[in-house]
Amino acid sequence: MKNRWLAVPYVVWMAVFVVVPLILVVLYAFTSRDGGFTLSNFSTMAEYLVVFGRSFFLALIATLVCILIGYPLAYYLAREGESMRRMATMLIMLPMWMNFLLRTYSWMSILENTGLLNTFFQKIGLFSLINGIFGTDITFFHMINTEGAIVLGMVYNFLPFMVLPIYTVIEKIDYRIIEAAQDLGANFRQVFQKVILPLSLPGVLSGITMVFVPAVSTFAIPRLLGGGMVTMLGDLIEAQFMGSAYNPYLGSAISLVMMLIVLICMAVMNRFGEGEEGAVVL
Amino acid sequence: MKKNGFGSRFFMVLVFLFLYAPIFVLIVFSFNATKSRSVWAGFSLQWYVKLFSDATIMDALRTTLLVSAVASVIACIAGTAAAIGISAMRRRSRNIVMSVNNIPLTNADIVTGVSLSLLFVLAINIFNQTLGTRWELGFWTLLIAHVTFDIPYVILSVLPRIRQLDPNIYEAAEDLGATGPVAFRRVILPDLMPGIVNGLLVAFTMSIDDFVISYFTAGSKVSTLAMEVYAMARRKISPEINAISTLLFASVLVLLVFINIRQSRQDRLANREKSVVSIQK
Repeated sequence: MKNRWLAVPYVVWMAVFVVVPLILVVLYAFTSRDGGFTLSNFSTMAEYLVVFGRSFFLALIATLVCILIGYPLAYYLAREGESMRRMATMLIMLPMWMNFLLRTYSWMSILENTGLLNTFFQKIGLFSLINGIFGTDITFFHMINTEGAIVLGMVYNFLPFMVLPIYTVIEKIDYRIIEAAQDLGANFRQVFQKVILPLSLPGVLSGITMVFVPAVSTFAIPRLLGGGMVTMLGDLIEAQFMGSAYNPYLGSAISLVMMLIVLICMAVMNRFGEGEEGAVVL
Repeated sequence: MKKNGFGSRFFMVLVFLFLYAPIFVLIVFSFNATKSRSVWAGFSLQWYVKLFSDATIMDALRTTLLVSAVASVIACIAGTAAAIGISAMRRRSRNIVMSVNNIPLTNADIVTGVSLSLLFVLAINIFNQTLGTRWELGFWTLLIAHVTFDIPYVILSVLPRIRQLDPNIYEAAEDLGATGPVAFRRVILPDLMPGIVNGLLVAFTMSIDDFVISYFTAGSKVSTLAMEVYAMARRKISPEINAISTLLFASVLVLLVFINIRQSRQDRLANREKSVVSIQK
């Protein structure tokens, strides 16, 4: 079983198709259109500061909402019986088999001005009720093509990536530890705060990474649910590679900066997380 | 552990409703009599009929299934071999390899996609100029990209299984006269199987669900279902897409239910055997 050479094809493959492409991104970011060295790709990026801010802000909100929904869900799931838990994890994975673009597209028909949700509100008389009270004249809620719709799309698509890691960690917590805490007189809140939360923190941290990274770089979700009105980082990068603005050098520079910011955020967060754990051990 | 009360059960149901509402809408409107995606006009199977004569969608379906199947099988074999190799590595090189393994997992899909497309375009240009070939982005580049992001999932799924192996068992098999390959096939492989199958499933799921990386690496000649949907979404998506997704969804559902039933039956059998053994003791 000591066959180190078995990993050789894999190591070569990963070097060629993971490491080399990333080096290319770095090289392209410092290259001008005529092939020389330049920093201008980074200076032109200043124009897109708003886009950077918006992407990170919306991704942050989506991540927070995912924690608020995902943590309790994972926690409650872990308390269910074996067969229920197996079915629930299956139900969380299953939507992935319908490609995420399709599910996002489906939200369009739900959120549109003449869509299912507004039709439903009209059927139950919500609009006439509101119009009666406030003297307004509305026939629909404006939901599609807003930043809220984009956040909804992100939460919807990336929620499983928050739930599954947290669930895996909570499920593994030795129940005797919780009982010990209870025996020592801790109430529910103290048990949660001092035992369950610190022990589940690694799951939360990996959940945050798995939600925040795709959320900050998505380009299909804002295109569909934002109606192309709201530009995000993903759209910007996509336009440099596939769009009419073809400029892979600028696109590489934007990708590089986005990658670096994300890496720094994750490093800070993990440091912070380790500190918490250390404090708990003490 | 304390059981869930009404409140927490209700919360869970709400979240699952949220997760499944759009899927439900998709399925319902695949049976709609008109092209509308929000007004119900009666039951019809016309989109299912049209689907099978739509060459574009059937081509995209074939590409999606083929690339996902081939990529996940390659990733599964290469990944399992690699996991065995990695577990035999010294600590330092293992750490380096594992950090590289994590790059496609944690990096944004769009960065993986554009970086691969940079490599492919550059390599193809060089080959075409020096060798006079006329290669372009297509099925092969798509396949390479899928294998690249599938392998890390297989590694993560198989590696923990290898750590749990008892090294003495393999030696015992060899002492009993099994040659290396036989010992591997009869002793090691069965123990690794759950991890390998899980890795294969996850890799296949990721390939099916992928859009971004395919979009940047497939070129303009081939397209997956997701790329087809994205191209359509700018105008209007044909309900044929709803129909094909419903079919895919239904087949996966049946498959998973089948696996689930089999597994719980096995669990029950195992429990019964255990209790029989303990009674005999």
